[in-house]
Amino acid sequence: MSTLIREDRLKRQNLLDILFRNLTRLCAFGVLALLVAIIVSLITSSSLAMHEFGFGFLTSADWNPVTEKFGALVPIVGTIATSVIALLIAIPVSFGIAIFLTELSPQWMRRPLGVAIELLAGIPSIIYGMWGLFVFVPIFADDIEPWINNNLGHLPVISPLFTGPNLGISVLAAGIILAIMIIPFIASVMRDVFDVVPSLLKESAYGLGATTWEVMYQVVLPYTKIGVVGGIMLGLGRALGETMAITFVIGNAHQLSSSLLKPGNSISSALANEFTEAVGDLYTSALVELGLILFFITFVVLSLARFMLYKLAQREGRGA
Amino acid sequence: MFSLYARRRLINAISLGISVLAMAFGLFWLGWILLTLLIQGLPGLNLTIFTQTTPPPGSMGGLSNAIWGSLMMTFLATIIGTPIGILAGTYLAEFGQRGWLSPVTRFINDILLSAPSIVIGLFVYAVYVVKIGHFSGWGGTLALSIIVIPVVIRTTENMLRLIPNSLREAAAALGAPQWKVITFVTLRAARAGILTGILLAIARISGETAPLLFTALNNQFFSSNMNQPMANLPVVIFQFAMSPYDDWRSLAWAGALLITFSVLTINIVARVMFRQKANTN
Repeated sequence: MSTLIREDRLKRQNLLDILFRNLTRLCAFGVLALLVAIIVSLITSSSLAMHEFGFGFLTSADWNPVTEKFGALVPIVGTIATSVIALLIAIPVSFGIAIFLTELSPQWMRRPLGVAIELLAGIPSIIYGMWGLFVFVPIFADDIEPWINNNLGHLPVISPLFTGPNLGISVLAAGIILAIMIIPFIASVMRDVFDVVPSLLKESAYGLGATTWEVMYQVVLPYTKIGVVGGIMLGLGRALGETMAITFVIGNAHQLSSSLLKPGNSISSALANEFTEAVGDLYTSALVELGLILFFITFVVLSLARFMLYKLAQREGRGA
Repeated sequence: MFSLYARRRLINAISLGISVLAMAFGLFWLGWILLTLLIQGLPGLNLTIFTQTTPPPGSMGGLSNAIWGSLMMTFLATIIGTPIGILAGTYLAEFGQRGWLSPVTRFINDILLSAPSIVIGLFVYAVYVVKIGHFSGWGGTLALSIIVIPVVIRTTENMLRLIPNSLREAAAALGAPQWKVITFVTLRAARAGILTGILLAIARISGETAPLLFTALNNQFFSSNMNQPMANLPVVIFQFAMSPYDDWRSLAWAGALLITFSVLTINIVARVMFRQKANTN
């Protein structure tokens, strides 16, 4: 009798076990399904534009809602240009911050300073946009742009990049604000991967008489190379998809120009500005196709980033 | 010999000096942005912000409908996203040692973690808003919960992995079935860390604007009806800041101050909480 009851309980617990395991598996599978659903829905909603414009969509600079001629070139170029500017500024600054946080800062300051930098990442992007438009852009237009025009605008080769009206609202301003936004992401990944460098390696280098900079540049950086690149790609992924901060300052002008001082457009800000006002199926569908392109680019960049970070983690696991 | 040494010392001093400058550069923007918010936002911050709804241009008003809408959508999105995230994270940490599902899910989750939020807005627009034919609070909630899930999955998995196996083995040796081991032992031991993840997710979604533009949109009136367009702070800030009216702009600054300091407070609380947990171990 009692064994019967016990068996009964055992059976029930086994059943609960199976239920629980499959419930968690279902949720994990849901993540997978979510990604598939996002891709499928973007493709079906943009099929109209894909059909209409084909691959010409990627190379056409037209954007005319009246004649219903759409091309993605201007937003794609704007997205890439702002992200590249952001990376050019953010990489050296993040590297400096990571060195400061891992090597230079006194122990008691490390945590508060690290948190302060992470808080920079916590500020909502719309705040960056607003601050950029009302505070940064006027200063940029009055003081920085005239300087750029006068000093960089006459240099050979790069001068077309740096001549333009002193409006403030421009691709360059958007790139700078984007840089401030992604610094905390890149810096915190760099700090984390620098922290995993075995102290033995660093101490050996110091023991041979290397300076702090030499240890960082010739020992720590080569050791963590893959992780650092992964962190940079992660920052790039953020920069590519960032919406609100750019929307405020890029000017939303569908025009292709060689100057970084002129207004432009990016995929995300075109979406933010035009999507709710888009009239007609083709217009909407072209905007969704822009979203699909954005998703595709960030997917590739983020995959590469994760792949590199995994590789570093693997090596770390083997080394230890 | 000496000159080489001097040169190395010089390079070292210069690069370390630049590193200090880089740190100062980062803190400088943080200080500048927070200062601007205080200067521009504080004058507009008073009780009417919380008691009156968003006004037409030129008249007095507050942000009560937007604050209420934001609170409701954030709350519901957290309620929806958290259990799914915790369960999926549990699978990755506790059951996913073998098979293809967990490495693939982990990879995709890491990508969704930093996927552009505006694309998530587009997705919810295509699968939900188009189907029901109008913008709605539920659409916004759905979009926000999709952002919550990857954050919670990541922290849940990380926290569960920190729990020593001896704890699981001890429980199993006492005859506890696996679901009890996980829910009553490992998840409980990891709860401070998981709570931190949830707080960080809340901080993340309370400032999100892009996914709400195509889903919840905005509403001029106070509304608790989730099936209607719903006001929310980020979108109101966006629309008011872009407007040419001074009183709208000052409301936008007040809203920006409110949202930034709540988000930063949640961030700091989450970090402090997790550190205390780390200290007790």
